Amino acid sequence: MTRTWIILGATSAMARAFARGCAEQGDTLLLAGRDMDELKALATDLSARGAAAADAIRFDVRDAGTFAPIIRKVELEPGEINVAVFVGSMPLQAQIDADPTLIDTVAIDNFSGPAHFLATLVPVMEARACGTVVGVTSVAGDRGRIGNYTYGAAKSAFATYLSGLRNRLTRAGGHVVTVKPGFVDTAMTWGVEGMFLVASPDKVARDILKAVARKRNVIYTPGFWWLIMTIIKLIPEQIFKKLSI
Amino acid sequence: MMWKTADYAGWGRVHTARGEIARPERAAQLAALMEDAPAPAMGMRRSYNDSLLNDGGRIIDMTRMDKILAFDPETGVVEVEAGIQIGELVRLFAPRGWIPAVVPGTGFPTVGGAIAHDIHGKNHHVLGSFGQHVLSITLLQPGGGRVVASPARNKALFRATMGGIGQTGVILSAKLQMIATPGTSMRVKETRVESFDEFLALLDASTFRYNVGWIDGTATGAAMGRGILEEAELTDGPRRRALPAVTVPFDLPSFALSAPTVKLFNAAYWRKVPARGNVSVMPIAAHVFPLDKLYDWNRLYGKRGFHQFQCVVPVENAEVLKQIVAKISRSGLASPLAVIKRMGEGRAGMLSFPMEGYTLAIDFPARETAEVLIAELEAMTVEAGGRLYLGKDALASGATIKAMYPEWEAWAAQAEKADPKGLLITDMVRRLQLRGTK
Repeated sequence: MTRTWIILGATSAMARAFARGCAEQGDTLLLAGRDMDELKALATDLSARGAAAADAIRFDVRDAGTFAPIIRKVELEPGEINVAVFVGSMPLQAQIDADPTLIDTVAIDNFSGPAHFLATLVPVMEARACGTVVGVTSVAGDRGRIGNYTYGAAKSAFATYLSGLRNRLTRAGGHVVTVKPGFVDTAMTWGVEGMFLVASPDKVARDILKAVARKRNVIYTPGFWWLIMTIIKLIPEQIFKKLSI
Repeated sequence: MMWKTADYAGWGRVHTARGEIARPERAAQLAALMEDAPAPAMGMRRSYNDSLLNDGGRIIDMTRMDKILAFDPETGVVEVEAGIQIGELVRLFAPRGWIPAVVPGTGFPTVGGAIAHDIHGKNHHVLGSFGQHVLSITLLQPGGGRVVASPARNKALFRATMGGIGQTGVILSAKLQMIATPGTSMRVKETRVESFDEFLALLDASTFRYNVGWIDGTATGAAMGRGILEEAELTDGPRRRALPAVTVPFDLPSFALSAPTVKLFNAAYWRKVPARGNVSVMPIAAHVFPLDKLYDWNRLYGKRGFHQFQCVVPVENAEVLKQIVAKISRSGLASPLAVIKRMGEGRAGMLSFPMEGYTLAIDFPARETAEVLIAELEAMTVEAGGRLYLGKDALASGATIKAMYPEWEAWAAQAEKADPKGLLITDMVRRLQLRGTK
């Protein structure tokens, strides 16, 4: 069966690595984002790497008006429809403290925008009784920390949403993979202080592809973040509130 | 664009730098950088020396600019952004019948780096240097100018950029003519070589399109210059499975590559090939990129790093090369990594390394004694009318290098024209004063 992947936020390093993996499997790719020049160049790159077809389409997570054309376009594709959500934004907590309107955009970029898009797409997937949703959240969503709790809260909301969506889509024959990356070497983390155990986007992309193939529910990538986050989650709030990790 | 302050180094880790690094992921970001804050570019940092460093200044990391911009399966012409790795091109296109015409001894270098050093490979005697297969390049020059150069258009700029160590602009993209391959494998013939003289005779007589010799830099007496000759052809034959990659997780202590261990290792390695020779079929990458399965192998040399001495000596002065090998063997300073190869005359640029002759490349752990030895080897190279490689040399003086590269003034004039403010000058260009005293 032919497989189509919608890649939301396709110009990010993680998305690009994931899309290249899909291209090498011979999938069809629909690249969604704002920088049309870059998306078109990426589409050419993916075709040269083996994609059955690759196309660029405008998508702005803050503009729900851009959602419907993507759904209409993908409905024309035969076979399995899949979507991978790589959109997000991570302003520093200090920037958010200085400008609380950023809380709203962080919520849209990391949670409500993608959720809105998925809400319109999922009926199409249900109708075809197949397909996978990959939602990229973050280890930051596992516990609110002083350094970036607004971002963490939005990612946590998205993870909860994905959990419910999995509950729903499984009944229709589809699947949802929740991906919780640790620190990844992307433009978002470039030059940000306090990064450690930074993984390459290629490593994360390989982990996600494997998780999709094996129908995993929730993955940490790289895998050792499961252990780190389990320990962090076990710290009693009484102690945790005094820590700055 | 975010700038990240970091320490970085070339592959040999002798020279290091600290400075701000930008890593654009999109063409528009790179163009904006070259307009507002022009800086030299670096790729995968596989040059051994300071050719990619800009200590105290800024540098642009090109490794995320790695898209394929066009590919024609009929002609094997591919246009790529400069940050894509050579090994990636082999991996992607060999199954479709094409590989880059020239590949170096590791798959990690970027196309931009391959151009900046006009690299050569095991088929240099047949197909020449990397730059000879570049159909055109697009350069971003300080101030934001975008210039296309090819062997026909902006010819002098093109020749100043092939092997031009990044001084004519940041290479945004390049169009390459690949060569056809019947499959994804290589048939490799290994022959034990007993002495230096036999080595040169076998290299001269080899009819294979790919050949290279591993030389035991510790053997003395009658065995001096012994080694293994590897000759190979592309093939579609069945092959053994590729080995998984492993990483050297930490810097080894300095005794790891001491004289007795190297001597033992080399003797065993030489005997690995039976006296009657050996033929095997393996993946292309396993033959052309032999060390790529050992990530970070430069850590084998410990924290102090290492030097790679590489020279090329004209055919008629092969006797000097023999003296060079003899000197190295007597010194007991060599590491197991030493290769010898017959080069053709192919070169694409004004500062290109190749010349018709024999090239020798050998690693030395960074020690004062090794640096004294390398200085002597340099003097012998000069005496032989030979040349040192700008992608590797970390010790030579400007006068030595300029004498070896008769076209350097024409090159410097092109660099001056492209970058009048000297914003692309790197530590090596400063060390050798290749662009005057800027």
